[in-house]
Amino acid sequence: MKTFDYARADSPEAATREGGEKVRFIAGGTNLLDLMKLQVETPEKLIDITRLDLNEVEDTDEGGLRIGALVPNADLAAHPRVVKDYEVLSRALLAGASGQLRNKASTGGNLLQRTRCYYFYDTAVACNKREPGSGCPARDGFNRIHAVLGTSDKCIATHPGDMPVAMRALDAVIVTLKPDGDKRRISIHDFYRLPGDTPEIETVLESGELITHVELPAPPKGKQTYRKVRDRASYAFALVSVAAIVAVEDGKITNAQLGFGGLGPMPWRDATAEEMLVGKAPGKAAFEAAADALLADAQGFGSNDFKIPLARRTLIAVLRELTGVTA
Amino acid sequence: MTDTNSLTMDKPVEHSLLDNGAQHVIGKGLDRIDGPKKVTGTATYGAEFHPDNCAQGFLVRAPFACGKLTGIHSDAAKAMPGVIDVIVDTDRFARNPAQGGETEAPKQGVSKVAYFGEPLALVVAETFEQARDAAQAVTFDFVPEPGRYDFDKYRDQTDIPADGAAPAQHSQGDLEQAMRDAEVVIDEVWTTPSQNSAAMEPHVTVAHWDGDTLTVHGSYQMVAYQQQSLADALGLKREQVHMISPYVGGGFGSKLGISSECIAAAIAAKQTGRPVKVVMTRQNVFDATVRRSNTHQRIRLAADREGRLSGIGHDTITSNLDGEDFFEPAGLATHFLYGGENREVNHAIVRLNRVLSGSMRAPGEAAGMLALECAMDELAEKLGIDPIELRKRNDPDKDPEKGVPYSSRKLTQCLDEGATKFGWDKRNPKPAAVREGEWLIGIGMAAAARPNMVMPGQARVSLTPEGRAVVQTDMTDIGTGTYTILAQIAGELLGLPIDRVDVELGDSDNPPGPGSGGSWGAGSSGSTVYLACETLREKIAKAMGCDVGDLTLKDGQAIAANRSVELGSLVGDGLSAIGKIEPGETGENTNQAGYGAHFAEVAVNVTTGEVRLRRMLGVFAAGRILNEKTARSQCLGGMTFGIGAALTEELVHDGNNGKLVNRDLAEYHLPVNADVPQLEVMFLEERDPYANPLQAKGIGELGISGAGAAVANAIYNATGKRVRDYPLTLDKLLDALPAL
Repeated sequence: MKTFDYARADSPEAATREGGEKVRFIAGGTNLLDLMKLQVETPEKLIDITRLDLNEVEDTDEGGLRIGALVPNADLAAHPRVVKDYEVLSRALLAGASGQLRNKASTGGNLLQRTRCYYFYDTAVACNKREPGSGCPARDGFNRIHAVLGTSDKCIATHPGDMPVAMRALDAVIVTLKPDGDKRRISIHDFYRLPGDTPEIETVLESGELITHVELPAPPKGKQTYRKVRDRASYAFALVSVAAIVAVEDGKITNAQLGFGGLGPMPWRDATAEEMLVGKAPGKAAFEAAADALLADAQGFGSNDFKIPLARRTLIAVLRELTGVTA
Repeated sequence: MTDTNSLTMDKPVEHSLLDNGAQHVIGKGLDRIDGPKKVTGTATYGAEFHPDNCAQGFLVRAPFACGKLTGIHSDAAKAMPGVIDVIVDTDRFARNPAQGGETEAPKQGVSKVAYFGEPLALVVAETFEQARDAAQAVTFDFVPEPGRYDFDKYRDQTDIPADGAAPAQHSQGDLEQAMRDAEVVIDEVWTTPSQNSAAMEPHVTVAHWDGDTLTVHGSYQMVAYQQQSLADALGLKREQVHMISPYVGGGFGSKLGISSECIAAAIAAKQTGRPVKVVMTRQNVFDATVRRSNTHQRIRLAADREGRLSGIGHDTITSNLDGEDFFEPAGLATHFLYGGENREVNHAIVRLNRVLSGSMRAPGEAAGMLALECAMDELAEKLGIDPIELRKRNDPDKDPEKGVPYSSRKLTQCLDEGATKFGWDKRNPKPAAVREGEWLIGIGMAAAARPNMVMPGQARVSLTPEGRAVVQTDMTDIGTGTYTILAQIAGELLGLPIDRVDVELGDSDNPPGPGSGGSWGAGSSGSTVYLACETLREKIAKAMGCDVGDLTLKDGQAIAANRSVELGSLVGDGLSAIGKIEPGETGENTNQAGYGAHFAEVAVNVTTGEVRLRRMLGVFAAGRILNEKTARSQCLGGMTFGIGAALTEELVHDGNNGKLVNRDLAEYHLPVNADVPQLEVMFLEERDPYANPLQAKGIGELGISGAGAAVANAIYNATGKRVRDYPLTLDKLLDALPAL
């Protein structure tokens, strides 16, 4: 760990004013501190935001929820409205990490979790995300946990989160505050960036910009679930996860919102896959068409090839579960 | 003068004094006597020794795989805040840890780097954080050399190692002919990955010098051996090294020999003139201690229609660094578990530039029975014979290689008792036939076997005028319960409640014990306490003026001829005796092993191939059980290791440089609580007079032996797919699942 300065922010505005390229906000620290110990992250300054008044979960006028960036994962998962109206989110949260980590991890921080790519974690080897231009040993190395969608020549790492996958399915909006006092409302669909040539840039957040809230729209139509497939029963990152909200009315699918974890460099959403479902009768044909659309461009790198058939099977099983149609 | 009571195990000890005790503490499932200290944080582990003015060391690892080290640049690191020195000693730093039982120095010299992550230098600073930070600033010049990283690529380039715990090669009869003549054969290859035992407490040494005498506090399994090994590494006499290891937070073989941090800390303490503490990080432990070797195992079975084996072959290829003799003896149980006159049990090593391979819990069986016991399952199915029945038909009446009798063997009883308790008769032998909703259900079993050994050792037992007993040895308690069972043995034989027995372990100033390894600790160390107590009993009898056979010791009283006397009043200023055990002819003229049977029920998800273990039972016969509770815990731990081996654990080496890919506990997947259902353990009553005076056999490794194979066989029963490549992760099952 590099020596760093530490300051506690009294207000979101003060926090953003102290922000900068070599500054990190720290809340739960469940990911950042590990990365600092390994010198994968080497901030010169930490701004402790844990005393900020961002701990509330409130109803919005539109019938949705406004979640403070500091709400711990455990609290959010247990919040009555989340349990009742956003089951996919509650399930995703509870599928993540361990009880201790969920008590500590914050909503804002969870959105910004860094990849668990083995090579990213080891400063003795190259990594384009950690050290731009140095290379990517994962492509022809061991890549069991790596992405099959949205990769680039420079990076095949996945986003490791569960909560953001559910939030992507829920069309969440990320509310931020910039150092100049501007507030932004960023759709989660625009929040993350594909790696392209700059895998080190993962989101559209600007220097000093602080996530203050996440807003969920009014509860979506349909049944919800989150299914996470992993290498052990708990405390493992998703190989594949599916966040799904599906409504069936009069024998037709009228709403389909699907998020995917473990597949891409960001929590994944595919409008084409959803189009294959909406307006169709739930059943094998529609489910397979959705899976085909999702995985049309999927590319494995050897040890992660299995994710493609696994994603297909998991998606179809989830659609069956939510529609009750197994034929 | 302290009397020494020596016993060489040349003859069985038919009548154990433990059966005549009046205290009735032996065998009982008593709580650990060190438990309260551990749960209150007052048991002092290695890293918790804080000598005055102690500096902190951090190992600097090779950030490349293979090459000649030509320069180490440490000026930048030395200029960093808090840094005291950067210790470079390319001649004396250890390339890798010593192997278990080694009294000589491990391979020293790091100027020719043999594997990615090899420790090359030590940064010493005022704080751990400063040392770790500065370690990142040390850079190296090196001339790269070609390395060998890919096991499969070099699999046909092997050498035959020297004999180890078991012979490297054994051949009898003509297996090839037996295979040709057999009515039914199995000839398949299983592979197992490298593993790390991932003990909760990382490796640690706190070194400080007083003149030419070195004291090290740390986490060591075999103090008497490691003390000598460290002395040898530093050119010291054994007496110049004082090694202290009172509590060990798990070892599993990884702390049988001294590791890099131990030698580095000692050198650094000398050079800086300050005590130096080196605590490995989890990544250090993975990178630079010891792994279980990956294995490639070909099993051949030749049988007639009735399932009687005429031949058995187990050819294992393992990997290790150049110059290291250790080989994973995967065929260890194959030598004696089943009959068959034509036999081949062979081991070969591929030389690879990977971190050292050495002992990890049940070296041999842990990997080997994953193959052998699945091969037996395959044979049973091919024959249409129940897998339990097949094993019983091949349960020999004597060692099929050496021709010697078994000292005790309850394999068949374990199989039968287990089958009844588990409900084996409810198993559908047809694979992929049982489904509950989204889950395919399967049941499997496997046998367990692990040789029993006695190792030389000593202990001193003293009786004080206050009527207390003190047990002293450099034996260690690596979480197994040594403190408690030694107190129980002394308590039973001296007639003392165990709260009147003090046990002092892990200090090289005490008589040298056998150390904790190879499941020999309880039997060997316990015997030394037994023998010391035997002498003390004679002395007490003498003081009582009675024959020792007429003496009863109970609750601190010596009772004979209608007289009851306070024990303390009979010992004058105190009495001491040393017990000493040596292996002997019973180890040669009998085959000694513990046996068991594992039963597992799994559910395999029809969509994803995720495996959930639903229940598991282990039935074991390991001679006298000294403490039902700690013995049970040993078996639970062993079975959990087996679950990890079957389902989750794989240490991945990058094929391009041998570097460990998953070097933390997030990605090296040990089973977590959710992976481990309620496990049941059952012991069969047994005594083994050939083993030792306790008539107890080793148990620390029996629980892992075969455990993973029961899980794998259950997965086959659930899915109909034989996966012979461990661990059985879901990706390997996907193609066997029903189409959606």
